[in-house]
Amino acid sequence: MIEHSQSAEQQSVAWRVLCTRQDLVANSGVVALLDNTQVALFHLPQYSEGEQLFAVENRDPKSGANVIGRGIVGYIKGDLVIASPLYKQHFRLVDGSCVEYPEQRLRVWPVRLSDDRVEVAIATE
Amino acid sequence: MNSNMTPINNQTLVIIGNGMVGHHCVEQLTERGALAHYQVHVFGEERQRAYDRVHLSEYFGGRDAESLAMCEAGFYEQHGVHMHLGVAVLEIDRERKEVVTSEGRQAYDRLVLATGSYPFVPPIAGADGNSRLVYRTLDDLDAIRAAAKGARRGVIVGGGLLGLEAANALKSLGLEAHVVEFAPRLMPVQLDPDGGAALKARIEELGVRVHLNRATSEIVAGEEYAYRMNFSDGESLETDLIVFSAGIRPQDALGHNAGLNVAERGGVVIDSDYQTSDPDIFAIGECASWKGNVFGLVAPGYTMARNLASLLMGEPHESFIGADMSTKLKLLGVDVGSIGDAHAATPGAKSYRFNDEVNSSYRRLVVSPDGSQVIGAVLVGDNSFYDTLLQYAQNGIKLPADPASLILPAGEGAPALGADALPDTATICSCHNVSKGAVCCQVDAGCVDLGDLKAATKAGTGCGGCSALLKQVFEHELSARGVEVDKSLCEHFAHTRQELYGIVRVEGIISFDELLTKHGYGQIGCDICKPAVGSILASCWNQPITAPSLVPLQDTNDTFMANMQNNGTYSVVPRIAGGEITPDKLIALGAVAKKYDLYTKITGGQRIDLFGAELHQLPDIWGELIDAGFETGHAYGKSLRTVKSCVGSTWCRYGVQDSVGMALVLENRYKGLRSPHKIKFGVSGCTRECAEAQSKDVGVIATENGWNLYVAGNGGMRPRHAELFATDLDDQTLIRYIDRFLMFYVRTADRLQRTSVWREGLEGGLDYLKDVIINDSLALGAELESQMQLVIDRYECEWANALKDPEKLKRFRTFVNDERGDPDIKFVKEREQRRPLQAHELNLIPLAEEAL
Ligand SMILES: Cc1cc2nc3c(=O)[nH]c(=O)nc-3n(C[C@H](O)[C@H](O)[C@H](O)COP(=O)(O)OP(=O)(O)OC[C@H]3O[C@@H](n4cnc5c(N)ncnc54)[C@H](O)[C@@H]3O)c2cc1C
Ligand code: SF4
Ligand code: SF4
Ligand code: FES
Repeated sequence: MIEHSQSAEQQSVAWRVLCTRQDLVANSGVVALLDNTQVALFHLPQYSEGEQLFAVENRDPKSGANVIGRGIVGYIKGDLVIASPLYKQHFRLVDGSCVEYPEQRLRVWPVRLSDDRVEVAIATE
Repeated sequence: MNSNMTPINNQTLVIIGNGMVGHHCVEQLTERGALAHYQVHVFGEERQRAYDRVHLSEYFGGRDAESLAMCEAGFYEQHGVHMHLGVAVLEIDRERKEVVTSEGRQAYDRLVLATGSYPFVPPIAGADGNSRLVYRTLDDLDAIRAAAKGARRGVIVGGGLLGLEAANALKSLGLEAHVVEFAPRLMPVQLDPDGGAALKARIEELGVRVHLNRATSEIVAGEEYAYRMNFSDGESLETDLIVFSAGIRPQDALGHNAGLNVAERGGVVIDSDYQTSDPDIFAIGECASWKGNVFGLVAPGYTMARNLASLLMGEPHESFIGADMSTKLKLLGVDVGSIGDAHAATPGAKSYRFNDEVNSSYRRLVVSPDGSQVIGAVLVGDNSFYDTLLQYAQNGIKLPADPASLILPAGEGAPALGADALPDTATICSCHNVSKGAVCCQVDAGCVDLGDLKAATKAGTGCGGCSALLKQVFEHELSARGVEVDKSLCEHFAHTRQELYGIVRVEGIISFDELLTKHGYGQIGCDICKPAVGSILASCWNQPITAPSLVPLQDTNDTFMANMQNNGTYSVVPRIAGGEITPDKLIALGAVAKKYDLYTKITGGQRIDLFGAELHQLPDIWGELIDAGFETGHAYGKSLRTVKSCVGSTWCRYGVQDSVGMALVLENRYKGLRSPHKIKFGVSGCTRECAEAQSKDVGVIATENGWNLYVAGNGGMRPRHAELFATDLDDQTLIRYIDRFLMFYVRTADRLQRTSVWREGLEGGLDYLKDVIINDSLALGAELESQMQLVIDRYECEWANALKDPEKLKRFRTFVNDERGDPDIKFVKEREQRRPLQAHELNLIPLAEEAL
């Protein structure tokens, strides 16, 4: 496994178009379906380090409800975070880790804007 | 002993058991850099890596195994610990210093037993399968869940702490729950007879049936249910499943078979340095017996793990000195607490008792023979007494002159122990052994943030029971050192809400970014300052909250102008001013609710709440409501909610004024006003007060000569009666005072502060407030009125505004790339309406569908 990882990685990733730039809401979130998984997309067009786009899991691990995309984007102690709208715990947008409860975690996907298309990377066999 | 224990490089340390204590030991070892000295191998019999057994029951409340895990998935690998999950150690070969597992052999230099305990099931004929379930592991809970499928009734054998928790779990699975206890009372270990009786009364009120003095002699096939339990007294009880919770036994078989000393009542014998009869083998947690005692709580297990880790690293360590077995918990929503010598077993001990049979509240205070110190306590029904009593008991604090006051209902001057009364040695957090002294050290070292304190000391991160006390001590220590307790809104603004309000007004700031650039730190903001500033901007300028620059500031409820409920759907509340509605509008409302299948309920504020709308349905629903003449009710906002009214002089034979008319004027005047918290009004047509105006932020009660005005009342968590503010006002004066009162509140209150708390915090109290509003002592009257007028003039129904703008409607899509709704939202019918399916009911779907 390990010795092939370099080339395998390149081959095993595919970029999937989820929606367009026009579907995004600046400084806030929207949700797209990736097969049966719900992906919350957060767009920060004017962030100091340049435009930012994040794709994280929409399901709130605490409540089990699909609501993360409707939370508030914030910046806490050096991290960009999303606050769950139900119980207000924070998840880091970069890696999906939870600030308050280490046992909670959101899945994250690599995401990019190519022209006007919003694309996430998924692993393929 | 053992100060010469410094490990030699590359010794092998084997830990058997990956439960809470075994895991804590690994965590403590990694923190101390142990991996540089030891090869660490962990064997865990369960499939899952260590999880939070204390909160096991939440598995039925929707948490999954992953969220209960004690560490992140890669923790062990990251630190180079060899983890063998799902692998039981079968034998310890002390001769060869190897453990034998199903995978082969593993040599050790040092061995730690952390095998915990197992549930004891008494040998009863016929107990098998679903009549022999237990409650200890995730797999056990899966088995219970499977057994509950299609079952109607479940029995728990054992009325102790865990049994009652299991009874609650059965209830949450939708079963009729029964508890069968051998002893004459519940929780015999912790409670005395009166405490047990109070607990039984409370629990039966919740629908759990309790059978005391019952020994099960056999289990046979049942007639109406799957099984019948025959009791030794000739009685019997039928049930579909049986969970045994008749106590736990230390998992000491490995030690026993390897010839280690095992205590008479079970448990591998350890000395005060956690060493078993073999100097290379240690035992910690529930499998260890110290001076004949096994400690069945996580705090003592953590203490052992922590100290053993130091010892294995050759660092100075503390020897075990026993542990406090005081406990406080909520069982089935009922507070139960037990401290120290709860049974007054100490010779000569004396007791004070408070027994409220009406409310099933019971408290017992056990004091030393000389009456100077607390040595034990029992609490049922109200644990607010626990922290103080525990501190008295643990720290030997001298009793007050009237010890009974410690357990009497509040309001009779019970002297709560202030943070300063505690000695430095007082334990604040027993899970992580943090004393008041340790908190002081952190403060002295410059810690000024509660989060940092928790990170540094771990206090409050175990069971969480100490959080309130920790915060109190921390803030007290900060103020004692002259550190101003930080009142900053958040890390982005070093201002209070009041200060920000002033800045926004004075400088005419209209956007969050402008405020952040000029007066804040960093970028983006957070979920504290964004909604707070959004509310300030709205209070000042009342722009539509749907404006693109304001949208990202709002909580989800304000963003989508509806109230999010527990499954992510929204409820919709149109305004029904004064509670007055025409039959046609009522029919229109019903038609919309029916069309979208919305659960419909009358609210306490005389309006109608429609539940269960998905995000993408909101615009359609509102389109129809607006066509029918409705406007938004702002139920989602920190803003004016409702003006409740009685019918007044128009219909009521006692009425002296038109209370509905006044309610309409007031509601239409202030609708849309954004405020630090929600605001509710009431208007009654005479002193009989049918509209309950005195429980509202603003209450108006008709008199022969006009209106009496009451302010700053509320219901909710801490009800407060409104105070009479002015009497016999004419309409204009009434409105002028309310304008001023509301705007003064909006201007000076804290974030999320209701009028009641704000009013209580006003220096000078009610008289000061009257002075400002009535006598215009600050010469603010005209300004407050004109500010209110601006808000009123700019009012626009937010939903009407949004529906006009396709750009704004774009946000109301469940998925941007799919038309469908959220497939995970599931409903069942109950009393002829839809309601959300709860996570623990997933197995009920077929039943519910049958019932449709
Ligand atoms: C429902 C419930 C609620 C509780 N609530 C509280 C509470 O509110 N407060 C409190 O303080 N305590 C509570 N407890 C008790 C607390 O969970 C225990 O004190 C704690 O888990 C003990 O930790 P331990 O590591 O010693 O044992 P365990 O957590 O039982 O871990 C032992 C582990 O060792 C494994 N093991 C055993 N034998 C072998 C072997 N031969 N080879 C490999 N692995 C083996 C077991 O499978 C198990 O995973 C509760 C317990 C339960 C079940
Ligand atoms: S408050 Fe007075 S006027 Fe209003 S309904 Fe009651 S009795 Fe009638
Ligand atoms: S009291 Fe209020 S917060 Fe509590 S469940 Fe009822 S609606 Fe929800
Ligand atoms: S006492 Fe358990 S976390 Fe502090």
